[in-house]
Amino acid sequence: MAVPAIELRNITKTFGDIVANKDVCLTVNRGEILSILGENGSGKTTLMNMISGIYFPDHGQIFIDGKEVVIRSPKDAYDYKIGMIHQHFKLVDVFSVAENIVLGTEDEKGYNLKKSVGQIKAICDKYGFELDPEKKIYQMSVSEKQTVEIVKVLYKGADILILDEPTAVLTPQETEKLFNVLREMKKDGKSIIIITHKLHEVLSLSDKVAVLRKGEYIGTVNTAETNEAQLTEMMVGKKVSLDIDRSDPVNCEDRLVVEDLECMNREGIKVLSNISFTAKSGEILGIAGIAGSGQKELLEAIAGLQKVNSGRIIYNNPKTGQADNLRDKTPMQIRDLGVRLSFVPEDRLGMGLVGNMDIVDNMMLRSYRRGKTLFLERKKPRELALRIIKDLEVVTPSASTQVRRLSGGNVQKVLVGREIASSPTVLMAAYPVRGLDINSSYLIYNLLNEQKEKGVAVIFVGEDLDVLLELCDRIMVISSGRISGITDARTVTKEEIGILMTKNTKEGETDG
Amino acid sequence: MADNKVREPLFHIVKRSKVALPFWKAWLIRIIAVLAALVFCGIITKILTGLNPLEVYKTMFEGVFKSERKMWKFAQETAMLLCVALAVTPAFKMKFWNIGAEGQVLMGGLATAACMLLFAEKMPTWLLFVLMVATSVIAGAVWAVIPAVFKAFWNTNETLFTLMMNYIAIQLVSYFSYIWSNPKGSGKINTINMSTEIGWLPELWGNKYIFNILIVLTLTVLMFVYLRYSKHGYELTVVGESENTAKYIGINVKKVIIRTLLLSGAICGIAGLLLVAGTDHTVSRDTAAGRGFTAIIVSWMGKFNPAYMILTALLLVFFDQGATQVSSFLHLNNSFSEIISGIIIFFIIGSEFFINYSIKFREKTKEAAK
Repeated sequence: MAVPAIELRNITKTFGDIVANKDVCLTVNRGEILSILGENGSGKTTLMNMISGIYFPDHGQIFIDGKEVVIRSPKDAYDYKIGMIHQHFKLVDVFSVAENIVLGTEDEKGYNLKKSVGQIKAICDKYGFELDPEKKIYQMSVSEKQTVEIVKVLYKGADILILDEPTAVLTPQETEKLFNVLREMKKDGKSIIIITHKLHEVLSLSDKVAVLRKGEYIGTVNTAETNEAQLTEMMVGKKVSLDIDRSDPVNCEDRLVVEDLECMNREGIKVLSNISFTAKSGEILGIAGIAGSGQKELLEAIAGLQKVNSGRIIYNNPKTGQADNLRDKTPMQIRDLGVRLSFVPEDRLGMGLVGNMDIVDNMMLRSYRRGKTLFLERKKPRELALRIIKDLEVVTPSASTQVRRLSGGNVQKVLVGREIASSPTVLMAAYPVRGLDINSSYLIYNLLNEQKEKGVAVIFVGEDLDVLLELCDRIMVISSGRISGITDARTVTKEEIGILMTKNTKEGETDG
Repeated sequence: MADNKVREPLFHIVKRSKVALPFWKAWLIRIIAVLAALVFCGIITKILTGLNPLEVYKTMFEGVFKSERKMWKFAQETAMLLCVALAVTPAFKMKFWNIGAEGQVLMGGLATAACMLLFAEKMPTWLLFVLMVATSVIAGAVWAVIPAVFKAFWNTNETLFTLMMNYIAIQLVSYFSYIWSNPKGSGKINTINMSTEIGWLPELWGNKYIFNILIVLTLTVLMFVYLRYSKHGYELTVVGESENTAKYIGINVKKVIIRTLLLSGAICGIAGLLLVAGTDHTVSRDTAAGRGFTAIIVSWMGKFNPAYMILTALLLVFFDQGATQVSSFLHLNNSFSEIISGIIIFFIIGSEFFINYSIKFREKTKEAAK
């Protein structure tokens, strides 16, 4: 039998009391694609960071081509021909593709860009990448940037490629393209490790699947001999049903009417134009689109956090029957109008919550102004905190624990719990399940459904198209700050949404 | 394969777990740091001066506690340092790096001195006191709020701005020292109202320090309550932690920045008042004596908690006074005392690293059974 390209034996890594990886064993052969599957927080990225020299293991050994090695720094990793493509790109925006790729590879004579451009083109031709070496990074889309990252590690001579959640930012079409390239590389004898938590991708791409759960190594199975149900069970540790109950919308009224909205970001670039849609009560309106297509700005414009150039945001108050224009109003003024608008922002600890404050103080964010005294009233927020901890099964030592010390799923439960507690009429949630494990994700979906049944107009910005299709009633697709389509979620297909996501993309309008 | 020589690093540094260290463990690390600093200072002392380190520490201790006068001086110095630290704390908690406390204290002191010089015997004493308090508070607050307004509206860098304001304050004090100098032309203001003692803060039980200390203790309690239990304190904490969160929940960030710096400057103004009217009875460019900067260390080391800050202020003043005693008593020059307090502060601040990170030594790797 051939010697494996890379082998890990009993790798263990702890951070304080938390075991990120425990006795993990893996082998990848030449010309093989291994998927590492696991929920968020199961230690996938930690493990890969140890191979690429960012962390150092507490125990265990790494073998490359049968020889034990010690990888102390990313440079060591490159010397062993290991290249990692990180989830967050590490590129210099104002440099061209070629400049980014050669960065850090100079010899005594310095750089020879011309020669490098030739080599880059050769790599692109070999594997079927479409890439212009002279193009600047800031002009590129997310998927092009990812291509640059891949070419970069190939240029440095990597034989073992590690990709951390490469498909998270791609459309279905781009994903397929990436997979074709990876299959090309596999034929060429490269070893590829790909981190993901999307099951169908695992099944369509890889040869073997290694599953991690809460840092523990569960096992490796051959892709051909497994199925989604088995993998989920390995990943979660018990059988889970992956169905979302979707009820038909009832008593739909136009709750929020957005007309011809246009916004610019701080740099004066137009990020939203011609946005017109209606969010109805008792319905979940999904918003799909490539990351950075204007989803964030749209929600923030409605919440009074983003300056609006033109257009109207009309809120139909169910109590008074009045129609108020929310445009150019601050969050305070919106609340004073009696608009019960809840907003679960994308940036949970940077916007929705304060990481260094405890759960009780975070509950107060919405309500601390109540009462005429100069002093805070912590009794009711504490009761609310205890209720949310109990109802949503938040895992925390106590209500006085700092929110940043909680795991991602529990942070989100605290945030969503608080936003729902104010019994909203409009609930906006941006990527509410990002980074959450399967159980927490389904809990959030159920909460959104519950709100919908209560007659709340729910606006849900999501990235997993499968979930959008199952959860929402209508899906609005945004591409480069414009609406490229509003579809019925019960009839539309994933491919159709994928096409809408990239429709009429104009150069330079995405801020990636 | 097993006899493959693999060189592994001896140790590596690991972040401690997300769960906070138990209270006692963190304090144990800090106490060990202070002890280690004393041992290290002892070695340095022995090498550089040949003196017995225990003798040096004893002298240090005597410098603070030997006489009643020294102990009162110690308490007064601690109180004044704490007062300035209390002033900068709300700004720091808001992540507004006010390093202009020095200037704000000076402006408060200058305003007090001006009132004492210009209005003594021209108005009833109670009115003079009211005027002194009002002008010193306003002077300190104005000095702090100017950078705050620029920060709030034009996002200027508050660190440079507050620092520059210090120099303006120092030069203003120099200027007025010349104008009001006594004797004329000396450039110095002698003790103000020496014979009448008009505008001097009252001596309680015949001790000129007690009044100041009581005021500062009251301020400490008020500041603790303000930061922990008031809506203002809550708002400034949110602004400091995340401006985005503050905007998201509808806090007017500009208003909070300006309001907090008004408070910060006002307390500096009071510190100036206490120094000039309470103990010095004059003003000079050395009135603040670097407290505006040392206060930053007090506030940080006390984790912006007024209760802890009492401890850190005591500690810093103890070393400062002790070291001064060492240098004069054992005939070492002043720099040596500064070396010692520098080393000790370095150890204490450095201990925070070990509270957040631990060092792991590489255990012998067991060969995995194949």
